[in-house]
Amino acid sequence: MSEEFKVEIVNPEKSFLVKDDVSEVVVPAFEGEMGILKDHISIISFLKPGIIKILSKSGDENYYVEDGIVEFKNNNLSILTSTIFNLADMDKSKQQDLLKQAEEEANKTDINDQSKYLADQKVEVLKTLN
Amino acid sequence: MASLDDLKKRIASVKSTQKITKAMKMVAAAKLRRAQESAEKGRPYSEKMNNVILNLSNGISDKENAPKLLSGTGQEKTHLCVVMTSDRGLCGGFNSNIIKKAKSYFVKILDEGKELKIITVGSKGSDQLKRIYGDKIIENISFKESKNANYFDADKVGKMVIEKFEAGEFDVCTIFYNQFKNVITQIPQAQQIIPLNNEGEENSSEESYEFEPDEDEILSNLLPKNISTQIFKAMLENSASEQGSRMSAMDNATRNAGEMVDKLTIEYNRSRQAAITKELIEIISGAESL
Repeated sequence: MSEEFKVEIVNPEKSFLVKDDVSEVVVPAFEGEMGILKDHISIISFLKPGIIKILSKSGDENYYVEDGIVEFKNNNLSILTSTIFNLADMDKSKQQDLLKQAEEEANKTDINDQSKYLADQKVEVLKTLN
Repeated sequence: MASLDDLKKRIASVKSTQKITKAMKMVAAAKLRRAQESAEKGRPYSEKMNNVILNLSNGISDKENAPKLLSGTGQEKTHLCVVMTSDRGLCGGFNSNIIKKAKSYFVKILDEGKELKIITVGSKGSDQLKRIYGDKIIENISFKESKNANYFDADKVGKMVIEKFEAGEFDVCTIFYNQFKNVITQIPQAQQIIPLNNEGEENSSEESYEFEPDEDEILSNLLPKNISTQIFKAMLENSASEQGSRMSAMDNATRNAGEMVDKLTIEYNRSRQAAITKELIEIISGAESL
């Protein structure tokens, strides 16, 4: 029996990625990283800034996301996100831009605790990329 | 009757108008293809989003304490209407159709003695509504600079709506836009986004989900995103509709201009012939009288 399932990443503009030979996906869920294998129980969760790792036969891929929702059902994993970048396409300058933006956001004083937390997360993740 | 010279000038001017409308039609057709594509590409996101929310709201344990964005404030006193129109004219009945739909809704609201607030997106809408409902318009947004509808613009509108909702400025929010059916048909829509209207939609799956963190927390995170998503969807539909509407309007205009050129040419030829005949008669009768 194959141990593969389908993953679909959509952003508001288009369907970002569809892959059906995925063996494992690691998503940065809000309460910690979560690995999803085939026949996982149906789950809905949302993401914090982090790296999505997609492991498949045709090669591993890494994506940076800032937010999103994951839904897993019947061996279909849907990830809805508004900001996503393929790490392979992301060069240093892009990273620096994002980091700068995130740092600015994190240093704002008039934001609530949750957005502060998310901004801090962003900074942390982007720093580890460098 | 107009002189030959006048006719000539008119033909020339109608012809140049025709050239403009033809070019606009062509541009609209090219843009339409792009807009239609992105409208179609954007559909999976909003559909998925809707599905997840549907599943969530069914799974929610405590209906009483559900987030206000889902269940409403419990009253319906103040209505906020987001009227989405285009920034440019010359697109047939596109804007007036939305405005007409919105106006009939406004009249209903005001007749019921409720309070009305309007946000217009796109300058054409505010131009048309300013005269009658000028005092009701609280905000006017225009995205003239952005070439295509993009999510960040939608998010801006969405965040503003949520901010106002949380400040208790309104109870019910409805967005008005044109849904793109095909090039000649666009259907003006009124869609209620706050509180979320899920009535009539059956839950397709009986499956139970595991939630992490719990339903309420996900919902309160998801619902604001959903507002932006719905607004973005409306913007995409709107931009496809705008181009479609402009294309058919310009097509009509080009055809009408063609007809007008034909008619004017016939008139021109007739009066030219009449002038020649008149001159001939004058010469002949002049010669005869000698």
